Amino acid sequence: MKSVERYLLPVLTAMVLIALWHLAVIATGTNIFPSPAAVAKGIFHLAEKSLLWSYIGDSIMRVVFGYGAAVILGIPLGILLGWYPALGRLVNPVIQMLRPISPLAWMPLAVIWFGVSNVAPIFLIFLASLFPLLVAAMDGVRNVPPMFLQAGRNFGLSVPQLMRRVVFPAILPRLLVGLRIAFGIAWLVLVAAEMIAVDSGLGYLIIDSRNAGKRYDLVVGGMLLIGIIGLAFDTMFRRAERLARAE
Amino acid sequence: MRRLVPFLGVALAVFAWHLAVVMTGTRLVPSPWAAVRAIGELAQKGLLLKYIVASLFRVTWGYFLALLLAIPFGIALGTWRRGELAVNPLIQVLRPISPLAWIPIAILWFGVGDLSAVFLIFLASFFPLTVTAMQAVHNIETIHLSAGTNFGLSRPQLLVRVILPAILPQLVVGMRLALGVAWLVVVAAEMIAVNSGLGFLIVDARNAGDRYDLVVAGMILIGAIGVVLDLLMRRLETLDFVRWGYASE
Amino acid sequence: MKVRFSNINHHFGSTRVLDRIDLDVKEGEFVCILGPSGCGKSTLLNIVGGFVKPSEGEVRIDDEPVTGPDPRRIFVFQERGVFPWLDVEQNISFGLFKLPEGEQRRRIDHYVQMVGLKGFEHAYPRELSGGMKQRLEVARALAVNPDVLYLDEPFGALDSITRLQMRRELLRIWEAERKTILFVTHDIEESVQLADRVVVMSQRPARIQKIVPIDIPHPRDLSDPRYIALRDSIFGEIGLAHQV
Ligand SMILES: Nc1ncnc2c1ncn2[C@@H]1O[C@H](COP(=O)(O)OP(=O)(O)OP(=O)(O)O)[C@@H](O)[C@H]1O
Ligand SMILES: [Mg+2]
Repeated sequence: MKSVERYLLPVLTAMVLIALWHLAVIATGTNIFPSPAAVAKGIFHLAEKSLLWSYIGDSIMRVVFGYGAAVILGIPLGILLGWYPALGRLVNPVIQMLRPISPLAWMPLAVIWFGVSNVAPIFLIFLASLFPLLVAAMDGVRNVPPMFLQAGRNFGLSVPQLMRRVVFPAILPRLLVGLRIAFGIAWLVLVAAEMIAVDSGLGYLIIDSRNAGKRYDLVVGGMLLIGIIGLAFDTMFRRAERLARAE
Repeated sequence: MRRLVPFLGVALAVFAWHLAVVMTGTRLVPSPWAAVRAIGELAQKGLLLKYIVASLFRVTWGYFLALLLAIPFGIALGTWRRGELAVNPLIQVLRPISPLAWIPIAILWFGVGDLSAVFLIFLASFFPLTVTAMQAVHNIETIHLSAGTNFGLSRPQLLVRVILPAILPQLVVGMRLALGVAWLVVVAAEMIAVNSGLGFLIVDARNAGDRYDLVVAGMILIGAIGVVLDLLMRRLETLDFVRWGYASE
Repeated sequence: MKVRFSNINHHFGSTRVLDRIDLDVKEGEFVCILGPSGCGKSTLLNIVGGFVKPSEGEVRIDDEPVTGPDPRRIFVFQERGVFPWLDVEQNISFGLFKLPEGEQRRRIDHYVQMVGLKGFEHAYPRELSGGMKQRLEVARALAVNPDVLYLDEPFGALDSITRLQMRRELLRIWEAERKTILFVTHDIEESVQLADRVVVMSQRPARIQKIVPIDIPHPRDLSDPRYIALRDSIFGEIGLAHQV
């Protein structure tokens, strides 16, 4: 009974909402806002034209590069800053000042530095994920219980061994949460960047569908795709968190 | 000496920026001094205050509206299992849709203007806040709920005297994170959907004559206000009625 | 008869936990429930507390069936039950909301004094030691003047010195207020030091294996041969030789 509810209830609410949406479109007699069926048809058409796949591919490629670079750079740097408190005190204020600058505010600079190309959005995504990751790693290292470090030293670990066998495992849970949150922001920024700075990707799909002919069916379709792909990534991160906790 | 270190860090960074501009001889990226002058220019034209107020106004409305709706909604879902089963999957699908992806729809429904921006900020804060409140209710110690009922509290009393105080620490953290996202979104929304505010300042400065000093001035203002908002929210986290919730100090 | 368990059976899914429990507890009696870990002691206490409905059978208190938690009977958890967002006074007054202001004040002062937390009225639980938190929780329970107290391994998380002190405190309070007490423990010494009767439970599914009356007056001398004999008989009952 319980497990039936678990699947039945969400399906039911989804059906009710879709029905309401459909009815609202009919009742208001709008011919701009699409009905659910129109959205499904729109996505179908795009999928046939293979344009959709290249858009999805472009979006994912940008996020992977920007976010990947932030991970490769941000985590070691964050660990370093956490490990050497003096260095941390010196650099932290700069991070704290750069961090709240909305990554999208960098757009004009990104465009003069990198031109209208793939690099500009990748740079924005990089910025958007870098700061949360830096801070997560830095805070993580600072909060490793001194007892763990003492125990590690007591067993004669060298600093690199200490990093690998004590510090890294100790900060991993926090780091994974930070990775997930950073990805959420990266995904958000990606869409905005694509709306402004390039001419491909899911963000572009949305803005272009609106500007070129008020194709709101494609707008809503694009939004749903963004939601579903974002959800897939989010689920992956949560899986990883659960695995790390189970170990 | 120790207290000077952070300032030293900032000073070094600004100096490096200055050097980089001078050495590359670029005319596109302004020096720190040019950026400061640009802020002065904005102040003189009366735009500084106007844009800051415009941005803060939008964030305030969108964010508080979201607080008002999301927290009761999240608590309701957290205490009512069936409701959560029914609604949670939908929240999870809607949540990762970048609030900015709603821009075309926001414009369609609300036109180009404040209302659109407020709507986007509302969306940006609503989902994270709902999820935070819901999770926080799940994380309440069963023992505390049992103790509450044992002392004869009715449902409404339980809500006020146990559930609310118990979730507050997590809620306050969630509120800080949501405000950060709201601030990020307002800038982006203003770049696309309205004609005032700090985000608009940035695109406008660039489009109307490549005034990169104004661009950077806008960025500095955005950063500074972001810092202030974050600090204010962190203040909340030091108050007695939530401090217990943050493990070992 | 204060509390009467009749024919309680309980299972979680396919795990049978309690097997035909019959037990009567007199008004003002101190009863310890003793048994191996995981046998079902907490489950039994949760049933009489009204937090869990038994699969079969019923508990009656003052001849009324138990249908849910009731402020006349308070459950004391291991120190974790205090509310971390309230200070000592606010915790103690948590259940007093129906009383007039003056009476609340009087009870707070009385119980702060009684459990030795004077000077800590405005301290938060995070500023208290484990033993102090445990006393606070007992004070919070006593303040509503319940006629029954349920304690589930209340001193399990304390160090052995504090634990001894807490036992003495509890006995002092019990002698002053004569509450009916149901006390769950898996510590044999503890049960023999405290109880009027020790209810020994078997492995899961738990039955009542034996009820041992401890007819030694308080304060009990731990080197008294009678004490030692009773203690050893329970060790034997549980199937342990009293040797390390
Ligand atoms: N809510 C529950 N759902 C399923 N099984 C449960 C639940 N609560 C307890 N059990 C199971 O019932 C059995 C008895 O649990 P209980 O907590 O009553 O034991 P206990 O005697 O108090 O043990 P301990 O001395 O370790 O506290 C255990 O096997 C436990 O796994
Ligand atoms: Mg137990």
